[in-house]
Amino acid sequence: MTMPGYHAMLRKVLMAAVLGVALSSAGHADELQAKLAYCKTCHGLSGQGYHGYYTMPRLAGQQPKYIENQLRAFIEHRRKNQIMANVAHVLSPSMLSALANHFRNLNPPPLGGGGSRGDTATGKRIFEEGLPESNVPACSACHGQDAKGQDQIPRLAGQLPDYFYNKLVNWTAERGQNTSMPDSSAVMGPTSHNLTKSQIAAVAAYVSGLR
Amino acid sequence: MKRIWLKLATLAVLLLPAPSWAGEASPRNCTWCHGTGAQGYAAAPRLAGQRAAYIAAQLRSYAAHIRDNPLSKQYMWGAAANLSPDAVRDLADYFTSLPPKAAHDGQRALVEKGQAIYLQGIPESNVVACLACHGPVGEGVREIPRLGGMSYFYLKRRLVEWGQGYHSAQESPMPLVASTLAPDEIEALASYLSYVR
Repeated sequence: MTMPGYHAMLRKVLMAAVLGVALSSAGHADELQAKLAYCKTCHGLSGQGYHGYYTMPRLAGQQPKYIENQLRAFIEHRRKNQIMANVAHVLSPSMLSALANHFRNLNPPPLGGGGSRGDTATGKRIFEEGLPESNVPACSACHGQDAKGQDQIPRLAGQLPDYFYNKLVNWTAERGQNTSMPDSSAVMGPTSHNLTKSQIAAVAAYVSGLR
Repeated sequence: MKRIWLKLATLAVLLLPAPSWAGEASPRNCTWCHGTGAQGYAAAPRLAGQRAAYIAAQLRSYAAHIRDNPLSKQYMWGAAANLSPDAVRDLADYFTSLPPKAAHDGQRALVEKGQAIYLQGIPESNVVACLACHGPVGEGVREIPRLGGMSYFYLKRRLVEWGQGYHSAQESPMPLVASTLAPDEIEALASYLSYVR
């Protein structure tokens, strides 16, 4: 091969490579936007959550590692939820992290609603001090004073009160369901049982109003 | 003289059911299009058994010219224009109390496909599962309408219209949902729902 021919070919190969990368990343961006629109159909246009027949949780400001772990939990049947298992099983690992990271930066005001009637003052006390007599640690110890969570520990601030209530009341029936894959959800098991329903409603009322 | 009393008595009997309805808010005006039992006709949807909060929200939406598809514009904007809040509530309470019947007018062959989309969505093409908002058997809740047993033609038309850019309520997710549905998927969903009770 002559040198000019070699250069021309090299240029072509390079151009094709550059074009290919550009096209495929544009494709990925479109794919991500379409998937985000799909998530937001149920979880709200700003990820603020939604009261449908079921209550769709707030995702805005949620910890990416928590979202990612939950999406995997649906796929691995660690967390029981037929709708989300269908949603999650088609997500590629890279899509999964892209989605998880997107919601972190959204910050709509708390949605509230849902007819939960817990006592906010009691909820604040339980959140900050726990209930030593019932062996309930302060929520703030793990979820943070501002209830924004950390890593796999979820943000609770601004969560829909009825979602929060239903999850905690049914904790051990929904989480940690794959016995061959024990996960960090076990941490909440004893606490969910040691709280009464009205205490759970109280914490729900308190954290659902936090920004 | 006797005749006059007879006439007055007849008139009194005729007027008897009326007093609870203040003039123009009478559901009789609705029945011309929605049917005496409010089971709906081709263009006008079934109102019987519909969620009261949904009926009220849609009446307000017509009055505010938010629900803007052609038939709404043509009929319901005028019908809902002068309803007082009390009249809206009374109409909603009345129609929700009537027993709904399933329309059974969809294509039988599409029922299975429609049911799969309704319950599971199509995650590969970003179609959400309808049951998340409308409930396992299309019963609806609060301002989210009951869909089970509604007419195939009505459901199909609404989904097509959302896809064309018409609105129903502020911040409704339905235009987004409809934009992900292919024409055959709309027909399947509408067919399935027309048989659900």
